[in-house]
Amino acid sequence: MHPYMADALNIVFLSFLVVVAIAVSYVKDLLYAAILLGAYSVTIALIWLLMSAPDLAITEAAAGIGMTTLMIAVISKIGRKGE
Amino acid sequence: MTDFILKRMVSLVLPFVQMLGLYVIFHGHLSPGGSFSGGIITGLSLIAFSLVFGLERGQEKVSERMMSLVESFGALWYGAMGLVGILRGTTFLMNKGAGVPLGAPGKLYSGGLILLITLGVGLKVASTMVTLFVALMEEEE
Repeated sequence: MHPYMADALNIVFLSFLVVVAIAVSYVKDLLYAAILLGAYSVTIALIWLLMSAPDLAITEAAAGIGMTTLMIAVISKIGRKGE
Repeated sequence: MTDFILKRMVSLVLPFVQMLGLYVIFHGHLSPGGSFSGGIITGLSLIAFSLVFGLERGQEKVSERMMSLVESFGALWYGAMGLVGILRGTTFLMNKGAGVPLGAPGKLYSGGLILLITLGVGLKVASTMVTLFVALMEEEE
């Protein structure tokens, strides 16, 4: 991969990360917040992959996308909704 | 949830998810991943089953008591593998120094005790995730 391309991808991913992280705090419904957190984890996993750390990428994909999203989805189903 | 398409898709995909989880556990010393990632993937497959088909059917497949037994077994298994080194006269968790055959590099059996230790940790992580999920779901009722 061309070095400038990796830099450009990094900038795109990192700015998307900032946008998603701010968006999580503005969403009222907890389920939407959990889905946005999943998008955050996907972006971080891609960044790990870009930094040639596939081990961390797999762990982030399994723990961040799968487990955290599912746990928060279950908690939001229980009914601890924000106002 | 009573969605027909969701149920069929989950029953189609889940065996492959479980195979992937076991693959990641068993190849922890050769490729990216390991006991933690593979255990979470294996636990997620069980969680997805009880999320789609209902908690009762999930409990029929793997009961809570069995999950806690597997969880304790994983921790005890790790300790037992560590004791192999002490029984052979060296330190805790000693692998090659305790006379365990290492096998050919690059093959599946190439780490001595690492494969068995990883299997125990993977079982513990998977069962812990399922127990956590069941505890959260039962709070709902």
